[in-house]
Amino acid sequence: MSSDWTTKALAVLAKDIRTELRTRYSLNALFMFAFTTLVVVSFSLGQLSLGVQVLSALYWIIIFFASMSALSGVFVKEEDAKTAQTLRLFARPSVIYAGKLIYNTLLLTILCALLTPLYVVFMNVTVPDWPLFLVVVLLGIIGLSGATTIIGAIVAKANVRGALFAVLSFPVLLPLLVAAIGGTDAALGGAGWAGAENHVKLLVAYAVIMITASAVLFDFVWNG
Amino acid sequence: MALSLTVEKLSKSFGARKVIRDLSFMVSAPGSLGITGRNGSGKTTLMRILCQLVPPTGGRVAIRDGDVEIASADCFNYLKMISPEMALYEMLTGYENLRFFSTLAGVRRNRTEQDELLESVGLIGRGDDLVAAYSSGMKQRLRYAVALLAKPAILLLDEPTSNLDDAGKAIVLEIIARQKSEGMLIIATNEVEDLKQVEHVIRLDN
Repeated sequence: MSSDWTTKALAVLAKDIRTELRTRYSLNALFMFAFTTLVVVSFSLGQLSLGVQVLSALYWIIIFFASMSALSGVFVKEEDAKTAQTLRLFARPSVIYAGKLIYNTLLLTILCALLTPLYVVFMNVTVPDWPLFLVVVLLGIIGLSGATTIIGAIVAKANVRGALFAVLSFPVLLPLLVAAIGGTDAALGGAGWAGAENHVKLLVAYAVIMITASAVLFDFVWNG
Repeated sequence: MALSLTVEKLSKSFGARKVIRDLSFMVSAPGSLGITGRNGSGKTTLMRILCQLVPPTGGRVAIRDGDVEIASADCFNYLKMISPEMALYEMLTGYENLRFFSTLAGVRRNRTEQDELLESVGLIGRGDDLVAAYSSGMKQRLRYAVALLAKPAILLLDEPTSNLDDAGKAIVLEIIARQKSEGMLIIATNEVEDLKQVEHVIRLDN
């Protein structure tokens, strides 16, 4: 991977961040959906004594649906504005994919950084193993970004994007969500690294496979 | 040997409708070609195929540098297209667009060079404005500045003078004259004045 390739990928990332800060297209959708859902969940369930399994599942459900509302935007915006064609004439597909993947990962990381403390406070969650919890969340973010970036590129060329994005994403993301919920359950329940080992392994494998396969397939999706 | 673009038995269909059939031609640099034909005859489609934005149904397009055929994945380094359908980033300024696309093209341009480019297309003093605030003619001028950043060996112009006033058209004529003497130029248009600038003309009539 040359420094020239990295510079170009970072230019795509910087361009997306700059346009996002001026339009708030994805940020608003992502954060409003996540915080509205969190408030609704905490008001309706916050008084109940929920088990760590339920708390783990609710945490990832909020992240999953928030990401469904915003993460396809990186490619949809390019197709709608007809800038995708201009990009195709200036850069290799791998450069575009890398820039968009890092952007989606960054967006989800910021979401989780803001959502997690609020979730802990609103839902009265005790986290006995923060390092494990953070590792699981980080691996979940990487896997989620890897899958939603390539699926976003696919649905950007379709007419019924919103519905298609969720429909395509759900089966692809199911193994990731199961592992992320299991890993979070282990972190919140005090099972430790030994209890989370299989979930962490699955999360690592999912992220590696998804990003590798997406990088290989992206040429066909982008130029198809 | 110079750079050449060869089209061999090219055809393109949309469903049952054949837009282009068995089209063959070759252009060498320095040189120029005009493509004309009534509305819907496939001019823009042909330009998009030449840029590899659309795959042909049959036949092939090859760019050769001397005897070496350029791999299709690298063709974008040799050619750039300017078309009213190709947009720039509206929420970036003129300078930011130039900086972004010059980084992607691997040709860093400093502020002075960017100013020279903007001056050459009549946009000097407007580089700090968001592209969203540009008129359609100014956007077309900025497209020229962006495409010329990389000094492409092959320049494809689809409706080159659309949205432009007389001053803008004069700028385009200068760009055309320079490109056809230094590289390769292909124009798709129905404007008689634009077609007078090229050496050969192909008429598409299905």
